[in-house]
Amino acid sequence: MTYKISRRRFGQLAIATSALAALYEYNFAKSNIQALAKQSPAWQGGNIPKLTKVNVNFQVNGTKQAVEVDSRMSLLDCLREKLKLTGSKKGCDHGQCGACTVMVNGRRINSCLTFACMHEGDEITTIEGLAKDGNLHPMQEAFIAHDGFQCGYCTPGQIMSAVALLSETCGKQDSDVAECMSGNICRCAAYPNIVAAIQEVRKGKVNASL
Amino acid sequence: MGSVGKDIAHDSAVGHVSGESIYIDDMAFAKNELIVDFYASPVANGKIVSIDLTRASNVPGIVGLYTHKDIEGHNKFGPIIADEYLLAEEKVEFIGQPIVVIAGETRKAVLAARKVIDVKIDVLEPTLTIDQSIARKQYLAEPRFIKRGDVDAGFAEADHILEGRFISGGQDHFYLEGQAAIVYPGEYDNLVVHSSTQHPSEVQEVIAHVLGLQQNQVVCITKRMGGGFGGKECQATHPACMASLVAHKTKRPARIVYNKDDDMSFTGGRHPFQNDYKVGFTKDGVITALKTDLYTNGGAANDLSTAVLGRAMTHADNAYFIANAHINGYACKTNLPPNTAFRGFGGPQGVVNIENIMEEIALFLGKDPFDVRSANCYGIEERNTTPYGQIVYNNLLPALLKKVAETSDYKNRLEAVKKFNQTSKTHLKGISITPVKFGISFTTKFLNQANAMVLIYKDGTVLVSTGATEMGQGANTKIRQLVADEFAIDPNMVIMAPTATDKNNNTSATAASAATDLNGSAAVDACVKIRQRLAECAANYLSSDGAGISPSPSHIVFADGNVFDKRRPDKKLTFAEIVSAAYHERINLGERGFYATPGIDFNWKTGVGQPFLYYTQGAACSEVLIDRFTGELKVVRADLWMDIGKSINPGIDRGQITGAYIQGMGWVTTEELRRSEDGVLLSHSPTTYKIPNVQDMPRVFNVDLFDNDKNDVNIKGSKAVGEPPFLLAISVWTAVKQAIASVSKEAAQKLKLPATNEEIIMCMATSKKSALASAKQTKA
Ligand code: FES
Ligand code: FES
Repeated sequence: MTYKISRRRFGQLAIATSALAALYEYNFAKSNIQALAKQSPAWQGGNIPKLTKVNVNFQVNGTKQAVEVDSRMSLLDCLREKLKLTGSKKGCDHGQCGACTVMVNGRRINSCLTFACMHEGDEITTIEGLAKDGNLHPMQEAFIAHDGFQCGYCTPGQIMSAVALLSETCGKQDSDVAECMSGNICRCAAYPNIVAAIQEVRKGKVNASL
Repeated sequence: MGSVGKDIAHDSAVGHVSGESIYIDDMAFAKNELIVDFYASPVANGKIVSIDLTRASNVPGIVGLYTHKDIEGHNKFGPIIADEYLLAEEKVEFIGQPIVVIAGETRKAVLAARKVIDVKIDVLEPTLTIDQSIARKQYLAEPRFIKRGDVDAGFAEADHILEGRFISGGQDHFYLEGQAAIVYPGEYDNLVVHSSTQHPSEVQEVIAHVLGLQQNQVVCITKRMGGGFGGKECQATHPACMASLVAHKTKRPARIVYNKDDDMSFTGGRHPFQNDYKVGFTKDGVITALKTDLYTNGGAANDLSTAVLGRAMTHADNAYFIANAHINGYACKTNLPPNTAFRGFGGPQGVVNIENIMEEIALFLGKDPFDVRSANCYGIEERNTTPYGQIVYNNLLPALLKKVAETSDYKNRLEAVKKFNQTSKTHLKGISITPVKFGISFTTKFLNQANAMVLIYKDGTVLVSTGATEMGQGANTKIRQLVADEFAIDPNMVIMAPTATDKNNNTSATAASAATDLNGSAAVDACVKIRQRLAECAANYLSSDGAGISPSPSHIVFADGNVFDKRRPDKKLTFAEIVSAAYHERINLGERGFYATPGIDFNWKTGVGQPFLYYTQGAACSEVLIDRFTGELKVVRADLWMDIGKSINPGIDRGQITGAYIQGMGWVTTEELRRSEDGVLLSHSPTTYKIPNVQDMPRVFNVDLFDNDKNDVNIKGSKAVGEPPFLLAISVWTAVKQAIASVSKEAAQKLKLPATNEEIIMCMATSKKSALASAKQTKA
């Protein structure tokens, strides 16, 4: 697992920009909407900002993919719209809910907070890539056994997070699991069942390795 | 062996964990499909001076821009009162009110256009609060009253009287999937609408109304929602209408999906309430009279406000007998987005009012609030009639209170909490028990009906469709179990079809916790009719002249996937065999079922009636730990007991109970809708609006189902479960109040809901000063 510093910085930049955008939106809504629109040269004449097309090659769920994306397309939009992998969900699009969690080179990330074009050569796993040969991943099975969902909208993100957690440092207690899962929110609040499902898989893992 | 009562998995379980479940925005883009968005009013109150679309129409990729002038049918609608506009005409009344619908080839084009639409608005001073609305006499409807007994006599009889004000805040639904719809145009102006809605029939009806179509030209389909919680009961209609307008005008498929920030800013949520009360009670804490005025902030249009207010009023007693009660309700019109249904539907707001009063009485008398609650609790044979005249049958409240006190070890823990508070310099603890009695049925009589369609195919598999929509609550799974059991087949042989108005017409919203009660009963009605026909067919097949067995449908048994004659149980037909035989005998293998809840009605003119078929009841004990210096709050332990009758699926119901409780915790503690003085929602994303996360779960969380097989009025002795446990979280708020009371009574009396960290710290920090919400003693 390589730790890519440059990309991480880029990710932080993206957060900062989106916060700025949010602030802008707020002022926009609050004060005179036309006045602000006119000050912003990008929208003069109502033109769409120029797209910068980029080619990116990566592996998704074990399959090589070459896609042409707008440089500002998030990995989430790329997965959902270009690759038709709609399992990863868009809850907030701001990196705050975890519904879009996928694994990149074994690490979990919020795919809405990272640009697709930053993932040249990366290995990406989405919820669609967990089941092998028609068999669900043990984490998927455990989520079913423990009713670890209600509406199911946060579920792909929860499961991707949970699977990534298995190879991270995380204490034994339920509260440790809660800590490690705190980036994935669930409005249906299936939390007790989610934690139970994860703990079951972790215990199974320990037993299996003995 | 039947499946009812068993923990079979949710019928979408595999799809949910594999990512295969399709939500609206997961549907593949159709060729030619358009993206729809809207230009929303940026101000809470104002007059529209002009709308200039020139620059927006020049944005490449923009296909259509529509204002109210483009609406061919009716622009005005509403579920109870027709006071909402799809697109603003002369004035705007809330931030987020749609003014222009935008249709474009790409999301980018639509966003660009949205930013250059030029709407000039004369800004007027907005009405945002209940106080402002009262001062300006702005109401959505006439006030409502429930009166029983003689409050003046009750006050005269009282040893003490307290007066005060109680304030509870709103709540955003925060369904993870935003409002969404896709509309496909068809021949002759027909439309097929896929909507993330709890109420497909309303979506269908309003689209037809707005576009000037007949209702039979519009089909609304709902496969599932990524959460609803009431937020998609009425307010899914607007996006679906906007997309339909585009599809209708352009003859191209049209998709609309609200992003989280827009969704939170522009749609309504739980109703904030401000309640004034005057309560008289004996020296033992028994209430002799209660007069309470419930004011709710309904927002700019009625939506469901009057109904929500009604439920708050019928729940203003919660679990307590109040001999002399005068409950008044006022629906305030303000410039907030119209508030709407939200799990509990006003019930929590009515209940928390009386629970706060219980706390105030206990504080005043220096008693344990649990004893005050027990003293006022509805009785079994007497003191068992609600202020609106319904008798609390099958009353388990005293038993539930006793049970939760026992299993939570309340008395000992209360002592421990008191000791802790005397010694700890850094933290405070509070422990509290509150009960819940939640009335099941829509208070509007005609809504209590449902129809279902059951189709059996030649291979013996069954397809069921009802008006119930699936939002995670498991209605489809439970109905599947009910249907499977009627034919004694494996639930896997039954599939629940997406809810669609071309199969089930004039359905009620999936709301009021009653989806399974109503739709499950309708489905069973259909099954019973088909089973009768199958039994007649089987009777002929299984009869035997030689064995002296004449055809007798009443001897036919359906069991374990087989059909046989009781008199000759060794000769069995499989379910598929009898179905195939019936088909060849030209027997109808499809049926519509219908159900209308019997014996309920309510008259708002008199404030009297039998609005509920039964009550779902429960009680909870919550303990909280508060950091005295930051106000940080943790729920350290929760013990929940719910009476949900004979559960159809205990696993799913348990999920509803824990989920509702945690969502309720959010309402009473962290979820605060903060607005600027212009009415702009400042907490419009998960960064600023805090819903409970996994770490907020109670550290110890015990959930139990209370044994009760006496609910013979509902399907299979079950009870509705979706909303009632939400109200159990009120015990978290009362626990906070008690924790604060241990340092300052005065501070505790000021506590508002939600008890955010900030609210807690402010209450404690300012407790020396007099406060608006402090209860004052008017009679010694
Ligand atoms: S959608 Fe990416 S974190 Fe919410
Ligand atoms: S299952 Fe609905 S949001 Fe988690």
